[in-house]
Amino acid sequence: MADKTEKKEKPPVVESFLAPGHRACAGCGVALAARLALNAAGQNTIVATATGCLEVFSTPYPESAWKVPWIHSLFENPSAVAAGIEVALKALGREGEANIIAQGGDGATADIGIGCLSGMFERGHNILYICYDNEAYMNTGVQRSGLTPFDSHTTTSPSGSVSWGNRTEKKPLPQIAAAHGIPYVAVATAGYPMDLQNKVKKALGIKGPKYLQVHSPCPLGWAYKPEDTIEIGRLAVLTGLYPIYEMENTEITKVRKLGKKRQPVEAYLKPQGRFRHLFSKPEGKEEIKRIQKIADGNIERFGLV
Amino acid sequence: MSKPVGIVTKPGSSKVNKTGSWRTTRPVFLHKNCNDCRICVMVCPDGVIFGSDSSYDADLDYCKGCGICARECPTDDIEMVLEVK
Amino acid sequence: MKKIIEGSLALAEAVKLCRPHVVSAYPITPQTHIVENLAQMVADGELKCEFVNTESEFGAASVVLGASAAGARAFSASSSQGLLLMAEVLFNIAGMRLPVVLACANRSVSAPINIWNDQQDAAALRDAGLIQFFAEDNQEVHDMIIQAYKVCENPEICLPALVNLDGFILTHAFEPVEICDQKLVDEFLPPYRPANYLSVDKPMTFGALFEPTWYQETRYRIQQTMEEAKPLIEEVSKDFEKTFGRFSGGLLEKYRMENADTVFVSMGSVVGTIKDAVDELRKGGEKAGVLKVRVFRPFPTEAITEALEGVKNVIVMEKMISLGAGGILASEIKNAFYKNPQAPDVSNFIFGLGGRDIPLESILEAYAKVKKQENRDVFVDLRKEALEVTY
Repeated sequence: MADKTEKKEKPPVVESFLAPGHRACAGCGVALAARLALNAAGQNTIVATATGCLEVFSTPYPESAWKVPWIHSLFENPSAVAAGIEVALKALGREGEANIIAQGGDGATADIGIGCLSGMFERGHNILYICYDNEAYMNTGVQRSGLTPFDSHTTTSPSGSVSWGNRTEKKPLPQIAAAHGIPYVAVATAGYPMDLQNKVKKALGIKGPKYLQVHSPCPLGWAYKPEDTIEIGRLAVLTGLYPIYEMENTEITKVRKLGKKRQPVEAYLKPQGRFRHLFSKPEGKEEIKRIQKIADGNIERFGLV
Repeated sequence: MSKPVGIVTKPGSSKVNKTGSWRTTRPVFLHKNCNDCRICVMVCPDGVIFGSDSSYDADLDYCKGCGICARECPTDDIEMVLEVK
Repeated sequence: MKKIIEGSLALAEAVKLCRPHVVSAYPITPQTHIVENLAQMVADGELKCEFVNTESEFGAASVVLGASAAGARAFSASSSQGLLLMAEVLFNIAGMRLPVVLACANRSVSAPINIWNDQQDAAALRDAGLIQFFAEDNQEVHDMIIQAYKVCENPEICLPALVNLDGFILTHAFEPVEICDQKLVDEFLPPYRPANYLSVDKPMTFGALFEPTWYQETRYRIQQTMEEAKPLIEEVSKDFEKTFGRFSGGLLEKYRMENADTVFVSMGSVVGTIKDAVDELRKGGEKAGVLKVRVFRPFPTEAITEALEGVKNVIVMEKMISLGAGGILASEIKNAFYKNPQAPDVSNFIFGLGGRDIPLESILEAYAKVKKQENRDVFVDLRKEALEVTY
């Protein structure tokens, strides 16, 4: 029997602001992260979303899973569209009517949309930008983006007889965002849902541009079992490969330390098919060492142990 | 008449699409060891777990059978069983 | 009140009178004076709106898209490369049925880079679903902006518009302009009240994914709306006359076309020169006239065939070209007369590209060529030296 002595009465669970019936894959990290973020933001939220999985699976006309005012324009411009909404509300005397969230995937945010994103930061709009980082252009079939991690297999950075996959490390988008001097930057993962929601709530309580990057595991693109989404999210953090932290006004203010829970990178890489090539050849061990160095570097830079 | 079209004016109208038809396994909530932590509610990507008071169930009209809830339940109170027709 | 001002200011004054909520700006020659004037008006408290300096024209167009979707009246302006960079967003704005008004200071397109006037930039966007106006002089520039908002915001229309003014020739040239009275503009153009906009009171989804079972009808509807815009544009110009006491508008303008057997057809500021040429020709006893096309999209097929009824020769002179096909205006005029047994003979002259000057003599030469039935599908005034260059 459950111990109820220290529990508060919890109200019955209500439907999320991102309704079911959308066409995300079973176990989708983006669907989870977006649902959590929107619930944390609340009903009074206007959302602009980039082209990508989130937009495509949630709005097949005439259906829409969004229960808040929502707009999709193009791939690279949710930040600029949100900026237009923000100034319009000001001009119309409706400032404060709603939180304004702009969101997109890693491709939309770090690559094609980085110009508009930078402009939105630079002009100081009161907008939270959420990047759902599933580490590739997933909606178009798992092609490499600027946030695809080192040695990850994608269809445009495939592993092969003379290739170990993606040749570059992730573009440091949180640092780029922070360098603009915006008041709040945070990194979260779908693997720690409460932390994600807390960061959304905190961000929305701050005036000015905010950037939140959310590690969003993709069962299809990363090739792992859908039920492992949360576990994969945790392992990214616990190996040091995806540190989660907060920055306020260019300074790192909070990190999630790993302590005894720290894991070697293999724990994260092994369950994912996109890293399988590292384990199928003996030379792969050298690559895994290089990835471990990346993790070690993060741990040192962010003070994670 | 060329009245503009293109806006979905029914928020949450995705619910006409019963994604429960996708799954091959479904979660069974045993209601034996539940400690009301609501982790299952939180980690469901589609947000289809409802209930209160240590009594939760997935809305089988929409549950895609991903298995995250069963995987994450700290008291092992959820089992994934094969859908058999 | 009449002022002697450059086209950019005439345009900015008109925008100010329309009381936009949001103006976005990214500079490109020769549009710069437009956004600079608007910025100064905001800085001096004359124009109360949110003025956003964006990181690119793409951003500028996206900002007005978002603003319009949120229920605001929005404006932006560009030219040439900037208009092309906005292209993706402009198709998007039209497809989303948002009544944004934009101005284009017509300028040539790169490569090679050239900052002077022609109309290739607007031509490149002709399929996007924007209503396109072409101004002959600074007065038209001023009046077209005000009428454009009224047309676009009509709930039966809900399409964006592009008001074209020739770069440098109009933007930077001083002409007397009757500035409309604010009270009258407020009467003529009521506040923007869209039926659908982003608001927490009534959540809706803009920009859904339209699968093959749904997409085609959206294009059909825009095409239908464009057809319906034609009589509406005429109506709005009549309203304008009633409100402001002078006529300025309509799909076309006829100049000395009574009993004309040869009619020039063109768009934009060069029409002024052509009118002068026609005056000369008339003095010499020629029965010449000018048909000015003020609205390029929707293409005023019926009005054109009606206006050119009985005309033997049509001389289309245009500052745009579809590379690989030929003159654009000419081909659309020929198309308008398809299967019409009274179809006139249509000649096509391409001129003024990259800001090449168009002296009166060139127009008269074109007329002479047509009279002599010489080669009539030509580029006007090609320079031998430029053609002989080998690097």
